[in-house]
This record gives sequence, C-alpha cells and structure tokens, in this order.
Amino acid sequence: MPKDNDSGIGASPKRREDVRFLTGAGNYTDDINVNGQAYVHFLRADVAHATINSIDTSAAAKMPGVVKIFTGADFAEVGGIPCGWGVTDRHGNPQQEPRHPIIADGTIRHVGEIVAAVVADTVEQARDAAEAIELNLSDKPAVVNMAGALAEDSTKVHEDLTSNLCYDWVFGNDDDTAVQAAFDSAAHVTTLDLVNNRLVANPMEPRVAIGEYTRGTDEYTLHTTSQNPHVIRLLMCAFVLGLPEHKVRVVAPDVGGGFGSKIFHYAEEAFCTHAAKACGRAVKWTSTRSEAFISDAHGRDHVTKIELALDADNNFTALRTNTMANMGAYLSTFSTSVPSYLHGTLMAGNYKTPVVQVNVKTVFTNTVPVDAYRGAGRPEATYQLERVIDKAARELGTDPIALRRQNFITEFPYETPVALTYDTGDYVATMDKLEQVADVAGFAARRAASEAKGRLRGFGVNCYIEACGIAPSNIVGMLGARAGLYDAATVRVNATGTISVFVGAHSHGQGHETSFPQVVAEMIGIDESMVDIVHGDTGRVPFGMGTYGSRSIAVCGSAMVRATEKIINKAKKIAAHLMEASDADIELKDGQFTVAGTDKSVAWGDVTLTAYVPHNYPLEELEPGLEETAFYDPANFTYPAGAYACEVEVDPDTGKVSIERFAAADDFGNIINPMIVDGQVHGGLGQGIGQALLENAAYDEDGQLLSASYMDYAMPRADDVPFYQVDHSCQTPCTHNPLGVKGCGEAGAIGSPPAVVNAVVDALQSGGKEVTHIDMPLSPSRVWSAMNG
Amino acid sequence: MAKVSMTVNGKAASGDVEGRTLLSAFLREELGLTGTHVGCDTSQCGACVVHVDGQAVKACTMLALEAEGSEVATIEGQANADGSLNTIQQAFQDHHGLQCGFCTPGMVMSAAALLKDNPKPSEGEIRDYLEGNLCRCTGYHNIVKAIMAASGQDVSSIAAE
Repeated sequence: MPKDNDSGIGASPKRREDVRFLTGAGNYTDDINVNGQAYVHFLRADVAHATINSIDTSAAAKMPGVVKIFTGADFAEVGGIPCGWGVTDRHGNPQQEPRHPIIADGTIRHVGEIVAAVVADTVEQARDAAEAIELNLSDKPAVVNMAGALAEDSTKVHEDLTSNLCYDWVFGNDDDTAVQAAFDSAAHVTTLDLVNNRLVANPMEPRVAIGEYTRGTDEYTLHTTSQNPHVIRLLMCAFVLGLPEHKVRVVAPDVGGGFGSKIFHYAEEAFCTHAAKACGRAVKWTSTRSEAFISDAHGRDHVTKIELALDADNNFTALRTNTMANMGAYLSTFSTSVPSYLHGTLMAGNYKTPVVQVNVKTVFTNTVPVDAYRGAGRPEATYQLERVIDKAARELGTDPIALRRQNFITEFPYETPVALTYDTGDYVATMDKLEQVADVAGFAARRAASEAKGRLRGFGVNCYIEACGIAPSNIVGMLGARAGLYDAATVRVNATGTISVFVGAHSHGQGHETSFPQVVAEMIGIDESMVDIVHGDTGRVPFGMGTYGSRSIAVCGSAMVRATEKIINKAKKIAAHLMEASDADIELKDGQFTVAGTDKSVAWGDVTLTAYVPHNYPLEELEPGLEETAFYDPANFTYPAGAYACEVEVDPDTGKVSIERFAAADDFGNIINPMIVDGQVHGGLGQGIGQALLENAAYDEDGQLLSASYMDYAMPRADDVPFYQVDHSCQTPCTHNPLGVKGCGEAGAIGSPPAVVNAVVDALQSGGKEVTHIDMPLSPSRVWSAMNG
Repeated sequence: MAKVSMTVNGKAASGDVEGRTLLSAFLREELGLTGTHVGCDTSQCGACVVHVDGQAVKACTMLALEAEGSEVATIEGQANADGSLNTIQQAFQDHHGLQCGFCTPGMVMSAAALLKDNPKPSEGEIRDYLEGNLCRCTGYHNIVKAIMAASGQDVSSIAAE
C-alpha cells in the first residue's frame, strides 16, 4: 500500500503506544503478578555509616507469613555489583574499586543500603516482620563533604582502600607547565567556582523487580524496570550470581521513564532472582518513592573551579577545570565514566579553544551511589563552560552572544584538544535561528514592561554540544569501557508481508513503537501498520545494549536500517527470480518490485509469501525465509548541538524567579518524527529548569538525605514552566550513520541550566546588583540572599 | 478483614480488605484495574487520581473502606462506549501529551475533573490545577496544550507541536 502524508521519515504520525497508556491498558512491571508470588521488603539502613555487630532475625522469622529472611551472610558467596568502566588515573593506576555487595557485608555505607530482606506472603507481612529485626550497630563518622573526604585524616568509607579517592584524572593537555604558560600569557583570565547540584532522576514509575525460578528447566525470569534488559542479564549472570546467561530471561515491559536511573544493575534485581530459587516462589519488590530517593542512583554532584584565558582580541586561548565528583558509597554501573570521559571530552564545547585541560577527582562518600542522569557528564561540562563564558563577557563588557560567535568552531571535521572529532555542525546557523526564535530584538521592550511593574528581567543564552550515540566499541574500550556499545536489530518478515523488528533499544517514553516503524516502512514502501517493533525482552530480542545517551535511533536505528537493507537485497533476488530478471535490474518502490525499464512487477506480499512457500524459488542459491540481523557499531559519536535562550523575571522583594520565555534552536541532523523530537526537547527543558531553579538532593553532615520525598525534593510542576519555543530546522546530518541522525533525548537537559542562571545574573545586574554567580538551585532564598548579601 | 462494596466504572465491585488497605491498592490488587498508578507515598504525584462520586481524589489518600457505597471512576472507564478514545484522551494523543504513560491516567482524570468545573480554562488555570500531578517526561508543554485543545480552544498559535 503506498504511504500517505502522515507516514514515513519526517512525518509525525500519532503514537500508537498512546492508546494503551490512555486507557489504563499499559503493562508496567508492578501491573504483573505471578501465581504464588511472595513479596520482599528490604530493611534499609537509617544511618549513613556503621559497623553491623549483629542482626537478630529470630523474632521476625516467627512473624505471620514470613517465608525467609536474608542478610549479608546469605550473599557472601555471590559476586558484588560490577562497575562497567575502569578509569586509569593520571599516574597510570587503575581506579580504586570497592566491593559492592547485594546486602551490606558487615558495614553500612549509606542511608538506604539494604541491611536485611524479608520475604513474606504479603507485602504488609514482610514490612511488619522487618520491624521486628534487631540490629546492633556501632556508628562511625559519616563522610559526606567531598573536600573533607579527601583530607588525610578523614574516616574512610572503605577500610580496605587506601583513601576516599576513587581516581585523580587528567585529560586533554596534560602538560601543566604548557597550560600554565597559556594562562600566564593571557590578556584576561576569568575564574568561576561553582556547584553542579546533586539530583534524583525521579522517573514517575518507581523501580520494580519480580524474580521467578522454574525448577523443571532450571530457568530464571526477571521482570524489571530497566532501560537495557540485556545489559542487566549480562551483569547479573556473569558478575553477580554466576548463572548461565541462556538460563536467564530478563523482561523490561512498559517502563515509566528512566532518565538514566534505570540503566544500572541494582541489588534488588539480583536479590529477587536469587531469592526466587532460594524461596521456591516468585519474589516481587515494588519500590516506594521514599525508597527510590535512597536507593536509585543519584546524578550530577560536581564541585568545580573553571578558568578561561582570553587574548587581547577576546579569543579563547586556554581552559582549565578542576572538579571533584561524588561517587557515593559504591561504584554504580556507569559511575566512573560520567565525570571522566562523558564530561572531559565535552569541555571544548562549541569553541576553538586550543588548550584545554580537565582535572577530576572522584570521591567516595557515605551517600547513595551517583551515576548517569539525563545528559551524564555533558550537562556538567556545558554548565561550567557556558557560565564562565558569560562571566567573561560581563567582565570584558562585551556581548555574550558576540563573544560566543567569535570563538565558534566553523570548520568540520574538527578535532578538539579533548579527543573528539566533531564530524559536522553549524553553530552560527543555530545561533542565528535562536536569535530569531527568542526574539532577541524585542527583549528591551519586554524588560521595560517588566520593570514598569517592579520586576527585574534578564536574558540568558548558552550553547551546547553533546556526544551521543555512544559509541565506537574499540574507542570506548581503550578508554576503559568494559562492554561493547554497538546495538542490534533483527527484521523478521512474515509470509504475509507483515514485519516484526526485534530491537536492542528500549522505549520508556521515547515513542520507538511509532518512530522505528516509520523508517522500515519507508524503506520498503509499505504501510506503517504492517511493521511492529519488539523490545525489552531478552527472550525475544536477540541482543542489544539498550537506550541511554540519546543512542537509540543513531545506533539501534542504524542496525535496523542495515538489517532492512539485507532484507531488501534478499527480497530483490526472490523478485528477480519470479520475474526472470537480473537482481541488479530490480527496483523497489511503494512496496512493488519492478524490473527497470519494463512494466513487470511483483508486490511485496508476493515476494514474502514466496520466501516462505518456496515452490518457485532459487533454492540452490538462496535459503528460504526472510529474516535478517545486523549489529551496528558506530564509527564515531554523533554531535547534536544548539543554542538556548531563557528570559526570566525576578521579584526583587522575594527573590522568586519565573521563567517567562524559553527558546531552543537545536541541530539534531535528520529527524524521523518531529512531534516526538519536540516532546523530547520539552521534557529535557523541564528537567533542566528543575535543576536550575528547584531540585536539590541535600544531605546533612550525618549523611541523612534531607530531601527524601516529594514533600522536600522540589520537582518541577506545571506552573513552574512556560510554553517553550523549540526549533530544529537547522540540520547538518550526521556524516557516518545511514539515517544522518544525531539523537535528541538529552539536549534539553544539557542546554537549559546555564541559560537560566545566565538570565538570572543578567536580571540582577540590570537591577544594579553586583552578583556574578549563584549556585543552583536558584531558590527564592538563594536569590534574595545574593541580592541582599 | 472487612467487606467493602462500591460501583467502579458503572459495575458493582466488592472485596475483603484490611482496614489499612488504600483505595489505590484495592483497585489495583483486588479488582485488577492497574491503570491507576502509584508513583509516590506522600500524595504528591497524582498518578493515582480517580473520581469518587464525581470528585477527583488521589486514590492513595483514601482507604478502600471509605469508598463504601461510592461511585468510583477510573481510567479504564473513560473511553467512549465503542472503545474509541474520549475527547480528552484523543487530545492527549493528538498533541503528544504523554511519553512514558505512567502519569497519564492521573493527568487524564484530573483534566476531566477540571473541565467539568471549568469548561474553558486558561493556560494559567490549567497549570495551577495540575499542581498535584507530576510528569517527568513532557515538561508539561503538551499536557497543557492537550487540555486546552480538549476544551475546544484553538491551540494552533502555541509554539511547536
């Protein structure tokens, strides 16, 4: 059937997954119940650092409904949770890597760590019994502050490590003398100390895990809220439980958002899988939101000093950063890669600064592990860079946009001093577009209107670049990744011509069920309703590395294109046979195979039927059937980039900031579904504005998380944000993947925080306040204090 | 355990519950109506919003026993009689007002309650009303736009789809 105008690459068909979500027919993990399942309640540490002298479970074991109680001793023989990235420090030494137990192994190292697990017939019984467990603890001083953790006399989070330093890393220009010389010869140096505030990802669906064991076949099934079920299976089988991979199926059904926090392999997943066999029953765990705050990996938490050197003509000549990054108590799956390679490689930004040096110390503390959260390292890089450029512009009395434009990279490919090669981009075009979309020309009038009603108005702009589509496996392997980062797709064409595409990417809000079929249907020229994707089940999907880092369409989508190309090549051979023509003369358009220059044709459905009913078929040359798999390992990262602008009003009496306008001009390369891309940017902007104005995971000096519920952690709400103006008409297609796509999932979260802070500083300075920086979140009290400090 | 009876989406429903059983748990676990989601434990997120006797209620803040004899409406009962999406649901799909779908049932139920009381809400009124419904995916842009569209307002001038 020929495609209509609402289908194919570049169209915005309505999302097919929406109907089930809008009618209550979704299938999230907590909606699943298994016959005979028991429930686990985890007794979690309520102190940050302590020695466990003893655990008395005798009274709890006699409570109604209790099936079995587990402590650290029950997991002494299984492996710890592995870290997926080994970073080599500035001296060539490996990172310090402590054991990360499933249940605390004699020492509690953060509030929320699992101390014991009670499996019972009902969740209420499990919870009641957990209250009867008696812990005998000896408290130890909590290590919370990063600078304090690095002091020589600090208590150690891990007694078996030499210190609380995970690694001390340098990247880019590592010749300290040469870098210092660049600063010494500068006409101007701008320095800024800043904090990238600690955040909690907070997907609206809390994590859930259900472990099952089938004795007859010795097989396990884990249902879990994951962005990458194959990765979970690999890590859990190979490193933690020592199970044969082919005996374990991991299913991530409908997943209610992830934002990075559902990438990682968590203790609860391994526990439920292990306990299902030990208890002889399926074991289900559903996180409460309170548990989520103290057990989901947190994000960000960097403290940075950044220095920018400029020559007398305002050209950037050198950049140097010194960052402390919090790892928390243990190394979560991608934790060590975030402040190193996902952050340091982005420090050149959109600018041709010739000398860039990045110094990072990662630190163990008695806090929840910290790992990737939407953007993962790239927001931290962008925030520092775009704040220091803005500060430099103010110090030099020059226009912040002009200063950026003057220093833009304009020729591609461009090799940065921090190891990346940008294949393509046009930063001038996105800035031009931004100035138009944001109506920069109209700002003066809007400021006057705000001032007339007693408000300060500020305008802030920033650029960003990100490295997406992670990543070429050989490159990341050299940098310490302990996995390949390709992806895979299998295209299975049925006899009647319908198609199931088994993809390694996972959709948890990104709309893959709609956008991926747009590509396959267009390549073949059939109706999109004939194509479905299958994802999130290791029992159905051959393999995949999952969805994170804005990689789904760039990496898995490329694998899907390659597999579809193989399908088309084979189908052309079948069509050639049917029409007694040469393969080379066969063309495929609108689902019809034709012989070039003739009126001979056969339909897609005739060819697919022939593949499965091969009566008239070249069996000696071609296998029957029509199913192909492709693994795609990208040649480079992709480099989405853009420019963002924020306009704020500040109430000088209260310090309250309101976002009046927000404009985004992004270059995502080619776009499959503009509606979905806009939605991804909107969501990223909401999270970035949340970081800038509202959100903060705050610990007290005893290691208690003060903001551990929605009563205390300020999530952005509908009345905290405006309608956004987003534009992605600037498109420089990626040069090295078949669709020319770059990825769009993280841009909004990366690009928005500096724009907000730049705008607030602009507003305050317009009111005559000598404020050069305020650390996020820019709460009314912080802004008011800065104004009146 | 005590017996509780109510009408859910127009049908009689009953079950035995503990005194501490929440309405959200009764709907999900006893009746299998898993469209009502639980996203927090402090009555903040709004994923569990249902209607009880015509009022929007967070089902996690109400004991099942408190709904004795009530008319309860959940997301499963919102579609038109022929199974097609109702006006609000259709507007959410048309304007991409959902991504992961987890907050969506609560958003739709809150939107229905809003439009019943205020058939043509302004942007500001919608944003204020949704203060008790958290969404982490959409940045709220398309949710607000969808509700405006569902109320018959022209949203074509609102920037970007």
